[in-house]
Amino acid sequence: MTARNREALALLPSALLVTAGFTAIFLKRDEFLSDASLAYGAAFLALCLIGHLVIRFTAPNADPFLFPIVALLACFGLVELYRIDVSFAQAQAQWFVVGLGLFAVTMIVLRDYHQLERYRYTIAVASLLLLLLPRLPVIGQATNGAYLSIKIGPLAFQAAEFAKLGIVIFLASYLRDTRQVLIHGGRKVLGVMLPPLKHFGPLLAIWGTAMVMLIFIRDLGSSLMFFGAFLALIYVATGKLRYPLGGIAAFAAGAYVVGGQVSHVQDRVASWRQPFDPVLFGSSSIEPRPPEFGTSYQLAQSLFAQADGGLFGRGFGQAELATAVSDNGTVTTSLLPAAQTDMIYALITNETGLLGAAAILLAYLLFIHRGFRVAILARDPFSKLLATGLTAVFALQVFVIVGGVTKVIPLTGVTMPFISYGGSSILANFVLLALLMRVSEEARRPTR
Amino acid sequence: MNKPIRNLYLVVVGMFALLLGFTSWWTVFNDEPLRTSAQNNRDLIRAERVPRGKIVAADGTVLARSVGKKSRSTSNRIYERRYPKGADYVAPVGLSDVNLGQSGLERSQNEWLSGKAVKLATAVDRLIQGDQRGDDVQITIQPKVQEAAINGLAGRPGAVVAMDPTTGRILAMASVPGFDPNKAIEDPSYRGTLKDGAESNRTTQGAYPPGSTFKVVTAAAALDTGKYTPDTTIDGSNGQVFSGTPLGNFGGESPGPVSLRYALTHSINTAFGNVSEELGASTLQRYMSRFGFGEPPPLDYPASQLRPSGAFLGGQRGFVPATSRQVDIARLGIGQDKLQVTPLQMAMVASAVANDGKLMEPQLVEKIVDADGRVQKEVEPKQLRRVMKASSAQELQSMMGDVVNEGTGTASALEGIATGGKTGTAELGDPADGINDLWFIGFAPLDDPKVAVAVVVERTPGQGGAVAAPIAKQVMQAALGS
Repeated sequence: MTARNREALALLPSALLVTAGFTAIFLKRDEFLSDASLAYGAAFLALCLIGHLVIRFTAPNADPFLFPIVALLACFGLVELYRIDVSFAQAQAQWFVVGLGLFAVTMIVLRDYHQLERYRYTIAVASLLLLLLPRLPVIGQATNGAYLSIKIGPLAFQAAEFAKLGIVIFLASYLRDTRQVLIHGGRKVLGVMLPPLKHFGPLLAIWGTAMVMLIFIRDLGSSLMFFGAFLALIYVATGKLRYPLGGIAAFAAGAYVVGGQVSHVQDRVASWRQPFDPVLFGSSSIEPRPPEFGTSYQLAQSLFAQADGGLFGRGFGQAELATAVSDNGTVTTSLLPAAQTDMIYALITNETGLLGAAAILLAYLLFIHRGFRVAILARDPFSKLLATGLTAVFALQVFVIVGGVTKVIPLTGVTMPFISYGGSSILANFVLLALLMRVSEEARRPTR
Repeated sequence: MNKPIRNLYLVVVGMFALLLGFTSWWTVFNDEPLRTSAQNNRDLIRAERVPRGKIVAADGTVLARSVGKKSRSTSNRIYERRYPKGADYVAPVGLSDVNLGQSGLERSQNEWLSGKAVKLATAVDRLIQGDQRGDDVQITIQPKVQEAAINGLAGRPGAVVAMDPTTGRILAMASVPGFDPNKAIEDPSYRGTLKDGAESNRTTQGAYPPGSTFKVVTAAAALDTGKYTPDTTIDGSNGQVFSGTPLGNFGGESPGPVSLRYALTHSINTAFGNVSEELGASTLQRYMSRFGFGEPPPLDYPASQLRPSGAFLGGQRGFVPATSRQVDIARLGIGQDKLQVTPLQMAMVASAVANDGKLMEPQLVEKIVDADGRVQKEVEPKQLRRVMKASSAQELQSMMGDVVNEGTGTASALEGIATGGKTGTAELGDPADGINDLWFIGFAPLDDPKVAVAVVVERTPGQGGAVAAPIAKQVMQAALGS
């Protein structure tokens, strides 16, 4: 079977899953079992087929599993979003259409992704600007105390989602140039091999940037994500463990010192360590009083929701969210705040249990596995580094948000790729998918 | 470059294993404390959609029921609790609210009241079963006895427990000050205005020095071991030295050699100090355990609201047996030293004596009736254990009869019905201030007891015989229907 036929076949389970999910939610709501659930499934299948056709024409040899896994994750997310509120699912579905469009454009325009190397400094500067934009007055805005998004008119825009792509592209290209020097060059200082300052300097600068980001966007999670991707890339580029190990030490030391100075980060760490502390938790009343959430309320509720799910979960639509719609149409879930974004993993665990959560983690791991496979098959260093970086940043993003929700690390507000509600996340991750597919296409294209 | 990529993949696999491990921990291995946490009100929210069963008194008076209303935020139909009798019954009944949580019988009987089936309330179940409703719980509280107790306390901080000594059924459980559960549910600021421990159930959670009422326990041990008869002579002169400190009798009385019967009737401290030392700590401890001291009473009530009674050191050491070196046994035997007891425990003491030495398990729930009127469960009286021989108990009954006839408890005498009892006046702080916890425990009728009571009035000047005994009289009268 050819790669593309395999891909088309693998899309079927996603379509079945989305149909079954909607059916379950309709049943729960005691609505008449309409053919709407089938319509959703069909519409979704049609969208996926369009994506599939785009790949068939632009990258016929590319990895056959990446796209179906994305479809699976996306449809799972869509079901959960529909379950929280129809408005989320509708908006998300629209973003999917746009995202697929952007995917198609990227696949067609970036036939030769090596040209990205030429613009690497432009891309780097643009990415850093994107990261700093949310701190600007008027357009910048803070979410839960972290500066991650820009608001222009009615559209909020998660700058970090796009910046992560730019930074990976820059690092892949920069390290392709300097990796030989980093491996061989340099002098011994105190028994440690140090590469020449000329090449080591930019690396120090990146570490500095991560620290500055910690101060400016006040977000440990995204800073961890960017710096982690950097360490992964430098390790793969040089094959020397001393770079990532030294980097981890430097990051830990920096985070300890800098994080101790930033009150928002301190709050997050305190809430992480003691989520059930009554003062940090605040009050949990549902009505008639307005709830007064403490800083650890969200994390504590996340853990409660997961415990509520148990091994098998309560079933689609059965988790308690205390959903309320305000007069201007804003949907809040006071029992699991931000259930559609930060907390969606907790909601999934609540409704589908440990088994459902494990399935989602496995799907992500499969995607990451295929991503690294693309990197291994790739034929030139830039392609290898690019695929590694994209996959690593994707993996780290999943780790940061799921780790935050399950109390492995302090909770920070990054999205769960392809599942969380949010246009920027969908768009950026479709571009990430497109880039991986392009690298894969070049790697697997039969040589004549 | 492929080897580092593979290593990197292994690192990611490790990280994901960590995520899966933590998820398993919260969902499967450590879910119980999270599910039952007071901060987690998911079960309460679920339960809110099902009307709870009623709680009714022994005569059918409704004490708690559910009323439907529309949720303000989600416009679903939800149910809220109403307590028609308000604060007077909050001690046994407790409350149930989505924000405040549950207490009292509302909590301990939650499985019945919520209909258990809440967990199965899926769409399919609802199609088959129609609307669900919890079971009704009929409790043993008798409104006329309960009201006599509340009226008797008349707003003074204190507590009353009345029980049927032959069955263990609790007829009255009053704790003052109480609070109005309706207001607590409706008005978020109401609880902030409560003081004096209004939210605790003093009958099961209050820690009081028992004063001389504890002499009943000492006397029971003395008679039942056979070392004493009611007529055994004991030195009751004032100011005898125990554990290096002179002990005084009330009012400095110094009657010299007295009988055990006289010592109880007139509450002679020094005589009972001698009895306690003669019996020894281990004997006293044995009888205390038989009466139920040292462990929470076996009542169908939330464990967090049941306090044991006994010698209490406080801090981390908590309760210690009478044999502990920290305990001054002579003073323990007259209800002083480190003793802290609940009114329920003292009612059990009176009840065991009244029931010829058989201690019945205290019982608040009479039966469970489902929505269609079928009896789901009937709670039968159960003997907890025999505390002493029937003959010893009868001797003690007669001695306690003397307390009411000619001793310190005359204010509890009922017209035409012989009564037994014991007063207690536990001094708090400086005796010169005259601020005491005033006690009376007793039972009636003397020859065939139908009701046993324990009454405590807090921090009041005066004597147990003058303040607590009249309340006990009213309560016993109400219970005997005279």
